Amino acid sequence: MLSPILLIPAVLNGLLTGAVYALVALGLTLIYGVLHIINFAHGALLTCAMFAAFFAHKMLGLDPYLAAVGLTPLFFCLGYVLQRFVIGPAAHGEDRNILLVTLGLAVVIENALLYAFRADTRTINLSYGFNVVEVGPAFLSVPRVIGFGVVIVVALALWLLMRFTDTGKAIRAVAKEKLGAELCGIDVAHIYAVTFGLGTACLAIAACLLLPTYYVNPHAGNAFVLIAFTIVVLGGMGSVAGALLGGLIIGVVESLSGLYLGESLGQVGIFVIFILVLLFRPSGLFGERA
Amino acid sequence: MRSYGGIALVVALLACVPLLTASNVVLNFMVVALLIALVGQGWNVLGGYGGQYSFGHAAFFGTGAYVTAILQVRYGVNAWFGLVIGIAAGALVGAVTGALSFRSGLRGSYFALVTLAFAEVLRIVASVAPITGAGVGTLVKLDLRWEAFQFQSRAPFYWIILAFVAVSLLIVKRIEGSRFGAYLVAVRENEDAAKAVGIDVVRVKLSAMILSAAITAAGGCFYAQYFLFLDAGIAYGPWISVEALLAPIIGGIGTIYGPLLGALVVKTLGEITKLMTGHAPGLDLVIYGAVLILVVAYAPRGIAGLLERYRAYWPARRRT
Repeated sequence: MLSPILLIPAVLNGLLTGAVYALVALGLTLIYGVLHIINFAHGALLTCAMFAAFFAHKMLGLDPYLAAVGLTPLFFCLGYVLQRFVIGPAAHGEDRNILLVTLGLAVVIENALLYAFRADTRTINLSYGFNVVEVGPAFLSVPRVIGFGVVIVVALALWLLMRFTDTGKAIRAVAKEKLGAELCGIDVAHIYAVTFGLGTACLAIAACLLLPTYYVNPHAGNAFVLIAFTIVVLGGMGSVAGALLGGLIIGVVESLSGLYLGESLGQVGIFVIFILVLLFRPSGLFGERA
Repeated sequence: MRSYGGIALVVALLACVPLLTASNVVLNFMVVALLIALVGQGWNVLGGYGGQYSFGHAAFFGTGAYVTAILQVRYGVNAWFGLVIGIAAGALVGAVTGALSFRSGLRGSYFALVTLAFAEVLRIVASVAPITGAGVGTLVKLDLRWEAFQFQSRAPFYWIILAFVAVSLLIVKRIEGSRFGAYLVAVRENEDAAKAVGIDVVRVKLSAMILSAAITAAGGCFYAQYFLFLDAGIAYGPWISVEALLAPIIGGIGTIYGPLLGALVVKTLGEITKLMTGHAPGLDLVIYGAVLILVVAYAPRGIAGLLERYRAYWPARRRT
């Protein structure tokens, strides 16, 4: 059962998948850490980004990795606008309302995509889509290895941004003490929107990394959303390091439970972890408070 | 409409619908609207009065539906008896998930997340477990006798779902006037303060969740009898979780008639959209989502809240 010939490739592949999960979760945890809201529209926005990347390839012939360069700022703006002009004003600052507004957004986006593109599943063909590299006993898909590298770079860039720029300082200030930050002259509504924009921009990158090996349909993002919630809860809400580590753990767990329980039940392993963590350690591995 | 007389009047008026029209389209529309009103009333008990927003009421709906259907199909149990067991099973799922989440102190977003996760686990299990028919689904055998809880025409179905709704209205009315209802609202408004004055918060929330789950499960049982087909996506799918919270929020959260009003409005909106655009998939849900955002933004107490605000202008307004 536990032959290393099977186990090592499963673990390595799990790590590669987990890296992309981590990126999706990174956006979610960033938004949670600052706005203290759970963004239920995260999955729908990911689907949106995947469609954008798909059509960038179909219509403009852009390679997904190239498309990321344009889509990332575009989705930053989209996230900024959504928070500044839809979620913020509609929620009147009440947490329960934010839950409902983001849920409403998810329903609108997902079904607008369903209306526009029907339920068809689409994929793109790239010359390098099926290339593999050999690492020990495992054959790893080249696009996913690239994805892993990009995620590490993005996480590092995000960390540098939060650590050393004025915007990053303002974001951290708002996350810690909203009123105090406001008194220091920080425009809280602007910072909220910037944070939401950064979270959404992470999704654009994740979508471009996924597309070479994944498919897109109007529900594609949903597959990631509960996984991303699990990672965020596991890593600790608002913790960047937690999201990264949590993503990798979940990737491996999914890969292993898929190996032992079969494809369709593999996901149950993730949800069981999710429920257990929520019930017994809602603050997660790195979280400070529940 | 502040007394039981109000409920009697509303139910009596609604009961006349099949006498006025024999159109299957109209009756079918009303049956589905009342079904959503029932499921929404279940959500309202926990979310509206107790302030615990569940995103996974599909867990209770689906359990009620599957238990009724499976008991009939696989064990030959009578459908009415299946209804009772289905409701009990839904309540049990509510008790287990509620006990787990409330005892670990999950609130707000965390509670919404964990309910969503429970519903998803059930959906995935139901989509592979042999007893639910896995991918094929479960088909309830056609047997048009009242003993089998199936009818030739739509009118009896309509009266039965109306009776369910009437019972749910009475239950909520009872809660509103009871000590339990006052505890529940206290928990909604400020949980820590409620605890401080000696309310057993976990117990109150748990009772509300069990009741909420039972009402929603009754809707699931009815669904199984009316449509005679279930699969994992129908029974445990996110659509019913969304409809369950949409109706009370649009109609008026934490009010007796909110879910009924909301369900009628939402379903009418859906029908209008379908009429205008043909059967384009997704567009009615786009409208629902947009209405949800608009209601939260501009009418946080829903239609009932708007009506109340309107009425408040009649007598001289007093400030206390």
